[in-house]
Amino acid sequence: MLWLIPALPFFSALMLILGWRVFTRAAVSIIGCGSIGVSALLTIVLGIEFMQSGQTSVVQHLWEWMQAGTFSAGADLRLDALSLCFVFVITFVGFLIHIYSTGYMAEDADYGRFFACMNLFVGAMLVLVLADNLLLLYFGWEGVGLCSYLLIGFWYKDPANGYAARKAFVVTRVGDTAMAIALFMLFQFTGSLQIQSILDKAPTLWTVGNTTVVWIAFLLLGGAVGKSAQLPLQTWLPDAMAGPTPVSALIHAATMVTAGVYLIARMHTLFELAPAAQTGVAVVGAVTLLLAGCSALVQRDIKRVLAYSTISQIGYMFLALGVGAWSAAIFHFVTHAFFKALLFMGAGAVIVAMHHEQDMMKMGGLRKQLPAVYWVFLIGSASLAAIPFITSGFYSKDQIVWLAWSSAHGHTLYWVCAITGAFLTAMYTFRMVFLTFYGEARNHQHPHTPGPAMMIPLYILAILSTVAGFIELPHTLGHVTLFSDFLQPMLPAVHLLQESAALEWTSQLLAAGLTFLGIYIAWLWVIRQPEGMKRFAQMPFMQWLRVFWMKGWAFDDVYNTLFVQPFVQTARMNRRDIIDRIYTSIAAITRWFHDILARTQNGILRYYVMGVVIGAVVILSVLIWRVYV
Amino acid sequence: MNIHPTTAGMTLAGILFVLGLISILIRRNMIFMLLSVEIMLNAAGLAFIVASSHWAQPDGQVMFMFILSMAAAEVSVGLALILQLYHQLKSLDSDEASRMRG
Repeated sequence: MLWLIPALPFFSALMLILGWRVFTRAAVSIIGCGSIGVSALLTIVLGIEFMQSGQTSVVQHLWEWMQAGTFSAGADLRLDALSLCFVFVITFVGFLIHIYSTGYMAEDADYGRFFACMNLFVGAMLVLVLADNLLLLYFGWEGVGLCSYLLIGFWYKDPANGYAARKAFVVTRVGDTAMAIALFMLFQFTGSLQIQSILDKAPTLWTVGNTTVVWIAFLLLGGAVGKSAQLPLQTWLPDAMAGPTPVSALIHAATMVTAGVYLIARMHTLFELAPAAQTGVAVVGAVTLLLAGCSALVQRDIKRVLAYSTISQIGYMFLALGVGAWSAAIFHFVTHAFFKALLFMGAGAVIVAMHHEQDMMKMGGLRKQLPAVYWVFLIGSASLAAIPFITSGFYSKDQIVWLAWSSAHGHTLYWVCAITGAFLTAMYTFRMVFLTFYGEARNHQHPHTPGPAMMIPLYILAILSTVAGFIELPHTLGHVTLFSDFLQPMLPAVHLLQESAALEWTSQLLAAGLTFLGIYIAWLWVIRQPEGMKRFAQMPFMQWLRVFWMKGWAFDDVYNTLFVQPFVQTARMNRRDIIDRIYTSIAAITRWFHDILARTQNGILRYYVMGVVIGAVVILSVLIWRVYV
Repeated sequence: MNIHPTTAGMTLAGILFVLGLISILIRRNMIFMLLSVEIMLNAAGLAFIVASSHWAQPDGQVMFMFILSMAAAEVSVGLALILQLYHQLKSLDSDEASRMRG
């Protein structure tokens, strides 16, 4: 039965690719959503069965994919606690997003193509998380990369969208190359690509801090960084907002970008053997969450705010992975998937209502006009900003903030970054909410609340964004550990250095205080004192900083000068192929000899006779010289 | 001064040959070129005769017979060609016959 979960989306994608010109819109909707819905149902059934059986993992061997010498890779699927978590989020959130898409894309001419790509994406992502060996995982990994490319460039008639799609594809390819090298090294040293056997063998092969395993872990981190849009390969994600909003919700918030988190969690044994790489993961996460948080603070496009907040939230997950708080990272992934999908789809509802206006400066006052959207968006924002006690984001993020300091791999600096990030998150989130829904209406259009196909998924996600947090409560607040217990067989529990309720309270109160401070500043900024803020922002340094953050810390410019321009220059210089010069010069020399020889063929008899004479003289001289000397 | 007859004969043949060669190189009139070829052929014939007398063998003289008959045939063919060329070009200049642009 397990194979049906990824097979169904693939099958429906195939049907839609072959027949989307023939099917009616209703048929496309039923096939597109239905397959994901059945997958989601199957996941729930299988998940319950799996949890009741008490096994740690179920492996289903489908067929032998390839075999060469000692190497063999099968199309094997593996269900365990970690993959079940991901499969559940992918199918369930994916299903809701598909339903939402039937409303959002209803007017689009390429309705069938859209659902074909979305289904293909879900299928590839399911293969990624269910794969039992790294080769199959890599197959899914590249599959989601391809679908990401197809969907970012979905409205391909605008060249800017095609550019964004290519950028995403090329930038993630950098990480993928690192990951491929990691896989080669793993195979070379362990002789297998089967995940479990690698994890079993690794501690016997390598001691902690062994150079080889550090290299492998860093290369895997490279792959994860590319896919999860972390420093230094984060530049593709904000541009990926060129795709339709459901795509942003599904791929660039809820599922695909968390593939890097999955990879690191899956290969956690290797990272435990390589403390340097693990520190690298934490540092990448901590720095990324701050940089992206600052960038989110100054964006004008509502989707770009959300894009930067995604980068920032995944930074939190990386930080958690880096300090060894594996289950905290996965917990944040689950809650983040719910509330970020909610926020993206809420933003999509706003964008549709505003007739495809994305600039927040042209919105405002939508609270009265779109009350339903306002409420669900507010719930999502509260969760993103981690309002204490009532939101899931609070529980998952607070766990990370606390563990960033108290875990055995933790550090005060991580904690400072995390808590500053929490402050920034609250600020940019509520700046977005206030700009969009409060104040004067800065438009003269008449927004209309979207239909039920778009609203119902939002309601469901709004509920989940609230209650999903209660499956894991901190020591200080009830101490529920359903989620980490569930992941226990796969991911070891975090080692705490300090276990002090007082300190944990302090950390939580500080985080909560900073959250409210952030919201208060956002309120001052947007509603209470916009004039004062404007004057503050007019200062030259602030102007410069705003542009600098707006451009995402100018990473694009740096990469443009460092990589893109030299590449284009080289290509331009090499327009007339340098290698070709060798062959054209051979031809030129031949032609030169030809010209010289052709000159002797002048048809004047005397020259020919002279040639014969010279030849005879030379031959005679040689002969005489040979005989007499 | 005592010169061996073979040396004298060979020297004469060489001088004749070189004379013919030089005139073929400097002449453009085809009649004269044909004459020069004849001189060179006769120089070669003289060399055969001298060699034959030097070794007292008849082969050289037989060879000269061949050369004579070949020269006769060659002259007839050569003259016929020159006539044809003259008809076509209204000139005996050998350079006129070149149609190449090399």
